[in-house]
Amino acid sequence: MKAINECRMTLLSRSANEGFARVAVSSFIAQLDPTIEELSDIKTAVSEAVTNCIVHAYRQTLGKIYITVSIYEQRKIRIVIRDTGCGIEDVKQAMEPLFTTAGGERAGLGFAVMESFMDKLQVRSKPGKGTVVTLQKQLSLRAGLHE
Amino acid sequence: MPVKIETSGEVVTAYLSGELDHHAARGIREDIDAAIERDMPTLLILDFGEITFMDSSGIGLVMGRYRKLQQTGAELHVSNTPPHIYKVMKLAGLEKLAKIEKGGDGRESHQ
Repeated sequence: MKAINECRMTLLSRSANEGFARVAVSSFIAQLDPTIEELSDIKTAVSEAVTNCIVHAYRQTLGKIYITVSIYEQRKIRIVIRDTGCGIEDVKQAMEPLFTTAGGERAGLGFAVMESFMDKLQVRSKPGKGTVVTLQKQLSLRAGLHE
Repeated sequence: MPVKIETSGEVVTAYLSGELDHHAARGIREDIDAAIERDMPTLLILDFGEITFMDSSGIGLVMGRYRKLQQTGAELHVSNTPPHIYKVMKLAGLEKLAKIEKGGDGRESHQ
């Protein structure tokens, strides 16, 4: 499927960029005039994915986070968040709610939030190589907004 | 300051504001923990009324404070929770740890 519109960005894994990433993604998606709730869901999911890159993928180091946002026909969106960090040994275990390797202040809910706030979540990872998180959402088809 | 803390008797209330993510959570946590250690409350109220965004880092913050308060048997309340933030709390099952009072525009969150 070919994207109608696309935006790519590269960020350093500094925690100050968590806010920038979710606002930049939601600003790009704003052209589809999503509901406030859809926008809030997307911001939350992006924040989780980017935080994972900072807290886990590049835990003791600074690396690059690559984000691609694509808009497709029928108000479908796809957000790909990729890192070249440490990778995840056991993706299935990492995706279990409340599982965390980061200690007491992390809830272990990042993937659960992404899964619940988006329509589709895919996680591919290779230890030592990095992780690719793909988020998809179908925005509501609102009357009078068809192109 | 993303957190304003008031102590009245045995009650510490922390008024949180702005965006609560992993980046902001550390400073907020340090301020609240300092107040807990200083004032030894029997009740901590986390007021989310002015929070405009929260991800699971906020859940981590609430869960971490709950654990800290457990050491002294103190109670934790979460108040003025806006609907989109209540949605994240509900997903985490936070109502099992703390009394959560909804706020904001009073609209039920849609799942």
